[in-house]
Amino acid sequence: MNAGATGLPTVPEGGEPAIRSRDLTRRFGDFTAVDAVTFEVGVGEVFGFLGANGAGKTTAIRMLTGLLAPTSGEATVAGHDVSAEPEAVKRSIGYMSQRFSLYEDMTPRENIELYGGIYGLPSPVIRDRGARLLERLGLESAAGKRVGSLPLGWKQKLAFSVALLHEPGIVFLDEPTGGVDPITRRQFWEMIYETAADGTTVFVTTHYMDEAEYCDRLSIMVAGRIVALGTPTELRREHGAPSIEDVFVRLARQDASPPAAS
Amino acid sequence: MKARAWMRTVGFLLRKEFRQVRRDRVMLFQIFAIPLIQLLVLANAATFEIRNTRMHVVDASRSVASRDLARSFAASDYFSIERVSAGMRPADEGLLAGDVSLILHIPTGFERDLARGVPAAVQIVLSATDGAAAGIVAGYARKVVADYGMRTGGPADATAGGTIEIESRGWYNEALDYRQHMVPGILVVLVTIIGTLLTSMNIVREKEIGTLEQLNATPLRRSEFIAGKLLPFWILALLELAFGLVVARLVFDIPMRGSLVLLFGAGGIYLVVALGVGLWISTVAETQQQAMFVTYFFLMINLFMSGLFTPIASMPAWGRIAAEFVPLKHFIDIARSVLIKGAGPEGLAVPLLALAAMGLVVFTVSVRQYSKTAV
Amino acid sequence: MSDVTGALLGFVRKETRHILRDRQTLFVLLMLPLVQVLLFGFVIRTDVENVRVGFVVPASDAATGELIALFRGSDLFTPVGTWPTAAPLPDLFERGAIDQVVMFAPGFADDLGRGGARLFVVTDASDPNTGAAMRTYAESLIREYAGQGAADLTLVSRPGGGPGTLAGTSGIETRVRIRFDPALESRNLFVPGLIALVLTIVSALMTSIAITREKERGTMEVLLVSPLRPWQIIVGKVAPYLVLAFVNVLTALGAAWLAFGVPFRGSVTLLLLESLLFIIVSLALGVFISTRAESQRAAMLAAIAGLLLPSTLLSGMIFPIGSMPGWLRPFTNVVPATWFIEIARGIMLKGVGLAYLWQETLILTLMAVILTTASVRAFDARLS
Repeated sequence: MNAGATGLPTVPEGGEPAIRSRDLTRRFGDFTAVDAVTFEVGVGEVFGFLGANGAGKTTAIRMLTGLLAPTSGEATVAGHDVSAEPEAVKRSIGYMSQRFSLYEDMTPRENIELYGGIYGLPSPVIRDRGARLLERLGLESAAGKRVGSLPLGWKQKLAFSVALLHEPGIVFLDEPTGGVDPITRRQFWEMIYETAADGTTVFVTTHYMDEAEYCDRLSIMVAGRIVALGTPTELRREHGAPSIEDVFVRLARQDASPPAAS
Repeated sequence: MKARAWMRTVGFLLRKEFRQVRRDRVMLFQIFAIPLIQLLVLANAATFEIRNTRMHVVDASRSVASRDLARSFAASDYFSIERVSAGMRPADEGLLAGDVSLILHIPTGFERDLARGVPAAVQIVLSATDGAAAGIVAGYARKVVADYGMRTGGPADATAGGTIEIESRGWYNEALDYRQHMVPGILVVLVTIIGTLLTSMNIVREKEIGTLEQLNATPLRRSEFIAGKLLPFWILALLELAFGLVVARLVFDIPMRGSLVLLFGAGGIYLVVALGVGLWISTVAETQQQAMFVTYFFLMINLFMSGLFTPIASMPAWGRIAAEFVPLKHFIDIARSVLIKGAGPEGLAVPLLALAAMGLVVFTVSVRQYSKTAV
Repeated sequence: MSDVTGALLGFVRKETRHILRDRQTLFVLLMLPLVQVLLFGFVIRTDVENVRVGFVVPASDAATGELIALFRGSDLFTPVGTWPTAAPLPDLFERGAIDQVVMFAPGFADDLGRGGARLFVVTDASDPNTGAAMRTYAESLIREYAGQGAADLTLVSRPGGGPGTLAGTSGIETRVRIRFDPALESRNLFVPGLIALVLTIVSALMTSIAITREKERGTMEVLLVSPLRPWQIIVGKVAPYLVLAFVNVLTALGAAWLAFGVPFRGSVTLLLLESLLFIIVSLALGVFISTRAESQRAAMLAAIAGLLLPSTLLSGMIFPIGSMPGWLRPFTNVVPATWFIEIARGIMLKGVGLAYLWQETLILTLMAVILTTASVRAFDARLS
């Protein structure tokens, strides 16, 4: 089942999509991690990619960010084909990996400096944006401390900000809120909204169903396939469920239950 | 324009690496202290010099002559007599037990034969397990016997041939201390070990932590990445080499007859190869454990096939050919030639070119091989 | 009580499964040591052969011809040329084209006839070890010639290899007999040492990583709250590697026997038992390293950088301990490989048994005990 119950893929409003995926597939030997996934994300949207752990979300995001080559199918991100031009994709996006990958033995400032330099930002720009970033996060006092000594919530917000340092048009977040308390999660999502309000497209994967409500549109992934796609309201209505969590449970059960004997 | 951007990016990467190194106190200690200590101690071990070979004298003759002969051995720097006995049994035991490595057996008729001008015979039994030195010890032992024989008068029959007096000289290295010979080599090995290990572990570690994926998602070029990983440890290794040479000079008084600039230039090229291999290993290894085992294998090849401890001339033919592909072999040639023989670049064209070629290959392969997109 | 044994067995089983699942690493752990023994067993030799010798003969005569023929006929020497003067020499030595030169004075044969001649032997001593050997061999050969006289050419193929004689001028005949390795194949000496070196490092590496890896991954905490006591955790982690290391022992000794023809004069069972003891010491050493190391990288650095050169240079593997200055003795005694090499050479080459080797065995046992106790202590300390 690749689309919403209406049978048609729901399309974002507006012009050229920021992300377009058509039958994107990834196999590892016999195992199909991502199965013919099709969807589109419009510019400035906050798009959620929901699913349980192991559903294939991380594999999908790695393909979209040019980290992993698809086995078949195609996808374009910011107008570039992920198979043919992965490096061009990387120039246009920001990425926050599941493991918050900042260097723990360096300070926030040093991490900012490194990534700013890698993205080719001129030094005054790095200094400027870095200072503003630290101020916004309230991390000035911790600017000289090693990232490793910061609490998880701060690390996470910092990683997100660093991913946006070079002001990309699209940012990919892989399970950014893993392992953090609900209050910090809320704060994080506020940051995401701010970013989207500036026109940045946000593609975020998560296994927290309540975060689905925060997204403009979302898809639900089960065992590598997209089983639901649409706005939170659309999905709740379609499945007659009070929350996205319920929608997910129903869909997951459907998928798990054996096919009816014929 | 492009080159400037490239260098700028690499500069940022270097800054990161050096920051991380500076903060890792333990690693710094390991990088500088361990090689230093090992150099000081181990350089004293690498010799085949004959020294106080412990021997057992089986004196069946028990005569003035036999005791004289035994005394010649005792007086020699190369031998030290542990025990004297009349029978072979205790000597055999001693040889088996490893208490002695040489038995001098003087038969009963020794003095009588000598007096009669008949060729007297003595037997020397050597334990082969005491090292490749056995061949040389035999030679020394014979010399002692021969000298003793000459002292006690030559044969009555002059037609047996005239004496030949042999004057031996060494070309280079007249009074060379074996340590002076070994120190440059051992130092280079130590620097290689540390440098290669550090580089090979570095990438795999980032792989395991997850920061590598983050870097792969950036527009960072492969060549920038590789250079950014190689350069810091390259610089550290060269520093270590310099540091070690200073120590070697002060403690062991090694000669420095040639151009140090040439030496460090060659060292720089050599280290690109050695560290580059470490780097390449870490790009293909999945875990730190794998990286380390393969790196260790590479180090062993360099250690034993470079001619450092055992001569290349003694290797089987295929070994001698294979040795040409061992980077350390060429650098040791260069180091020894420059320091001990005072050789210049013309004489070293072959090893220099070999190293340069290897460096180019290693770097290109590493860059090509490293993929920012997993397949 | 049986509960805990059950937990321990289950733990060992889990560890074993982990190791077996990682095919690539398993291959590396089993194959690389064997490859190293095979490769270096063939390559590490000190037998000096093919000494490139040249001759400076200002005026050739019967005697110079005979002596040069002696050199030519010997396996050890490869004559590379004869020149009338010493002029080409500096360049030849500098280029490394020649190892040794024998310089005759004019009228060599006449001088001999008159009772005494002189020769200059110049050897490239930039490697003092091979230099000494080359010099000794040349001198032996020359003395041989002097002793035998013109008509009787005894060819020296290997000094000391077989009954050599030095009669004539000295009036004393020296018969040399080499025990335990009459052919003086340096390989027979090096292979046991090589096996020791490979075994000790591989074993130490295996265990030092195994434990620090848990530490880095953070799974150590899980282990520590389990019903297993610290010493049981260590045993559980080490047990599968003990088996692996023993497989390495078998393949290495097999290679020594089949590929190199190293003699096995003593009891193979004893050798296997001693090998087991030795790998236990090495594994324990690895564990000990891992208790002090904070990261896998630190553990590996300590294991390789700390063990490789000392085990190669101080154990008597290549350079005889007897040749080293006395103050190095305590250092050599601390290296486990030193004792195992004594034992291995004793059993394989000399054919002796425990009666002669009990001291070395005792020392290895002590090392095993000390390292294991220290590791368990350190491990316990971590908990508190």
